[in-house]
Amino acid sequence: MPTVKSLEDLKRIREEALQKREIKSAPGSIQIIVGMGTPGIAAGARDTLKAILNFIEEKHQTNITVRQTGNIGMDSWEPIVQVVIGESPAVTYGKVTPFVAQQIMEQHVLGGKVVSEAVVPG
Amino acid sequence: MREIALHLLDLAENSVSAGSKTIEIAVCEDLCADRLIASIKDDGRGMDEETVKKVVDPFYTSRTTRRVGLGIPLLKGAAEECDGGLTISSTPGKGTLVQVDFRHSHIDRMPLGDLPKTFLGLTVGHPTVHWIFRYTARGLVAEDTFEFDDQPVKETLQDVPLSHPDVLAYLRETLKAGIFDARDKLN
Repeated sequence: MPTVKSLEDLKRIREEALQKREIKSAPGSIQIIVGMGTPGIAAGARDTLKAILNFIEEKHQTNITVRQTGNIGMDSWEPIVQVVIGESPAVTYGKVTPFVAQQIMEQHVLGGKVVSEAVVPG
Repeated sequence: MREIALHLLDLAENSVSAGSKTIEIAVCEDLCADRLIASIKDDGRGMDEETVKKVVDPFYTSRTTRRVGLGIPLLKGAAEECDGGLTISSTPGKGTLVQVDFRHSHIDRMPLGDLPKTFLGLTVGHPTVHWIFRYTARGLVAEDTFEFDDQPVKETLQDVPLSHPDVLAYLRETLKAGIFDARDKLN
């Protein structure tokens, strides 16, 4: 059975992060926004978000922030994910299944190459 | 959405949109009383009486981008089919309380679903909101409550973001283990 961790563990995480200088709010930071309105949730956005969080945890990425937002108004494209890297304009992806989310994280967020087949046509 | 945890996520998003600072989600599985009760309490902008009435009407939504909102009416319908119901009490400027309950053993009751996944997403996805989650399992011989308040976590972390990989692992394990351990009392 897993054991419940304590705040001491968090203190240690913080100290380690400080030592490794992993805390930065400088440009080049990566923001990922997941649409979590009713249509998004119904289309599976929670699992999409979980896939993104799992990726960050597994690949130990320390400069990515993740946000949820309400309904974006493009219901037929849900689940919708936006990727904002530094000063670049946001890229909006549609029908982002956990599998597509993984591709976006690997190819776009880490590799810098937009996953064009999943981009919502503007 | 055939999962209570997904409906809670949907309701929580409404609370976030209402500008809430603190949002409390409580779930109780009570085998003695044969009820499953979930509630979400916020300190957002609230609604007047007329708006509350409209919220449970399938053809009402406060959103302006589309006209039809189905989250709450569908949940209410599902609860009523399982000898339960959904109530909303709200005060403008103070906040809103949504409560939903089902007969736990009802054959048509939707599953509780993945609460840790819902809670993890909310905590990380809305870091400026103060989240409190409570899960109670009341079995026939024993009961247990798991409570998670993200305030001490944030105070300890200070400028380390919740989306830091080690923090994600901490939150994921804490939520999962806490609910798993409490749920053991149902057996």
